[in-house]
Amino acid sequence: MENEAGALSRVAGLFSARGYNIESLIVAPTEDPTLSRMTLVTVGSDDVVEQITKQLNKLIDVVKVIDLSDGDHIECELMLVKVRAVGKDRKEIKATTDIFCGRIVDVTDKSYTIELTGTGSKLDAFLDTMERKIILETVRTGASGIGRGERVLKV
Amino acid sequence: MSTEELTGAEITIRCLQEEGVKHIFGYPGGAVLFIYDALFKQDKVKHILVRHEQAAIHAADGYARSSNKPGVALVTSGPGVTNAVTGIATAYMDSIPMVIISGQVPTHAIGLDAFQEVDAVGITRPCVKHNFLVKDITELAATIKKAFYICSTGRPGPVLVDIPKDVSQEKTRFSYPASVSMRSYNPSSKGNPGQIKKAMQLILGAKRPMIYAGGGVILSNAATQLTHLVQMLNFPCTNTLMGLGGYPATDKQFLGMLGMHGTYEANMAMQHCDVLIAIGARFDDRVIGNPKHFFNKERKIIHIDIDPSSISKRVKVDVPIVGSVSNVLDELIKLLMDSKEKPKWEKLKPWWAQIDQWRKQDCLKYDRKSAIIKPQMVVEKLYKITKGDAFVTSDVGQHQMWAAQFYKFDKPRRWINSGGLGTMGFGLPAAMGVQFANPKSKVACVTGEASIQMCIQELSTCKQYNLPLKIINLNNRYMGMVRQWQEFFHGNRYAESYVDALPDFVKLAESYGHVGMKIEQPSDIEDALKEAFKLKNRLVFMDFITDQTENVFPMIPGGKGLSEMILV
Repeated sequence: MENEAGALSRVAGLFSARGYNIESLIVAPTEDPTLSRMTLVTVGSDDVVEQITKQLNKLIDVVKVIDLSDGDHIECELMLVKVRAVGKDRKEIKATTDIFCGRIVDVTDKSYTIELTGTGSKLDAFLDTMERKIILETVRTGASGIGRGERVLKV
Repeated sequence: MSTEELTGAEITIRCLQEEGVKHIFGYPGGAVLFIYDALFKQDKVKHILVRHEQAAIHAADGYARSSNKPGVALVTSGPGVTNAVTGIATAYMDSIPMVIISGQVPTHAIGLDAFQEVDAVGITRPCVKHNFLVKDITELAATIKKAFYICSTGRPGPVLVDIPKDVSQEKTRFSYPASVSMRSYNPSSKGNPGQIKKAMQLILGAKRPMIYAGGGVILSNAATQLTHLVQMLNFPCTNTLMGLGGYPATDKQFLGMLGMHGTYEANMAMQHCDVLIAIGARFDDRVIGNPKHFFNKERKIIHIDIDPSSISKRVKVDVPIVGSVSNVLDELIKLLMDSKEKPKWEKLKPWWAQIDQWRKQDCLKYDRKSAIIKPQMVVEKLYKITKGDAFVTSDVGQHQMWAAQFYKFDKPRRWINSGGLGTMGFGLPAAMGVQFANPKSKVACVTGEASIQMCIQELSTCKQYNLPLKIINLNNRYMGMVRQWQEFFHGNRYAESYVDALPDFVKLAESYGHVGMKIEQPSDIEDALKEAFKLKNRLVFMDFITDQTENVFPMIPGGKGLSEMILV
């Protein structure tokens, strides 16, 4: 979409006005600074997804819409988790983080902040392995996605 | 590029001149004072001063609908914009090309809750095709160019340009772009040839065909092509409320309007056809009623529309064709002419026999001998006196349906009403716009005593500009359509639908300097109308005291199907 003020709210407004559901939404400028790329995750029947696609295409600021789930694609999400890390937990948390290929990016004597990337289900699985009571804070970007192989979204 | 530096206000007006805008409708205020000053210093663009911003938008809307040129309105910031919103939403629902210029507080004050500040772009976002906030004067001319381009291409719609006061005051060099190119906006207009061919095959094989044509035919200026197609195929044709005039109503192949208050024959033919050709129409809830009931019968559907999102939205179709109605019909007609296989009129005989059976229902009958004025008769007489050649605007409610049922529109752009949003108060200001666009034509506003009071202040505008409108007030002392629903579905409990303490409309009209008439006898209807239309240079407000209990028939109750009509 055009990297214009208000473009994001046009998309968000469309979803709320027509009763569609936004599971997650992530947007940032691309290598061409006049363009932003948004990855939006939604759920709905084929008919609903078809309407969403058509309605998005109608927005003047939207340059192109593709449904990544139509074909093979890569999905990735970034999560930062702050956990209480004291005593023997510190070792265990580090080990679990390593298993999930995460990184500890900030440390205090009572806490770790872990950075983890991957699919949504991988991040969910990581959180499931952590005891609820030690999780102090989580922040997730929502999925960003790209087609596999030669499949390219280019304007 | 001119070397001369112009203010943002002057640039705005120059852009309007470049676009060939002759009239703009508006109301001044603090944030647009520079623009009004620039208007004052020129005479190419004539400003029409309304009495309320809602009326400015409706007038620009009526102007656009009746002339096929974008309507233009100018309002100030804050309440100027919020008053305009009803008008903008009305135009959006009916896909009317329009540019609205709104003033905004100066850029440095935006977001600081300044006096008369409102987030115009935010508030109008869901009811415009697109909108812009111009923060940089060097982008002003290009933005206005884009606004005109976007509003009038593809599926038309209103576009708002919000101009902060400091931007209208600053200066820059003016150059108006000759053309627009936008990577994110390229509306398609040609239909897919393969799909058009498929459509033709279905059409040629049809035994019980039906053509259902809507407002897209009017917007695309395709009435001639539609008429040609219908007549070469000998198919029956119906128009939606928005499509009236798209096919000549006096032609024998016309089945009348369809939908909630459509004719028996049109609704039955929709339900029982085997091939349905939907042209510039969108299967909305007031047209096909309950979609489940519609699916009880099998039929193949061809759907021609410029907006892909209108296709398969409420009803799944078999042959979607995305493109402008006018282009697609041209292609379809050409294909049919070149085809070896010719339409077989013979094959349609049983279908026409069935339709004639349905017609015998005489679903629009009413008591012509009534001692109290029947509203239907007023519209019939209006049709007779104007020889079917007037522009007719309406408000919303029973009178709107009677006007649609009983005034036989043979030409497009003659019937001007708020179909999608159903905005009471639309009729009078829309009629003003129509009269400005068609100064020599007869313009009638069919309204009711409830609707007319929603924008009655515009009688003053009509006086200022000597607009000789003829207002047909079907006065039944009720919000008639609300009363009808309460009678049918709410046990005759007429909650708040009786309009008490009505003004004396004759005196009211006279106080604004117009002619007022009160008509109470059926035998006086025709003479009164004749007299009114003889007063060529005067607005005449005709207050017809009509039967309070009259209802609009046929009627498909909400949630029911096309063939489940309540008849007289």
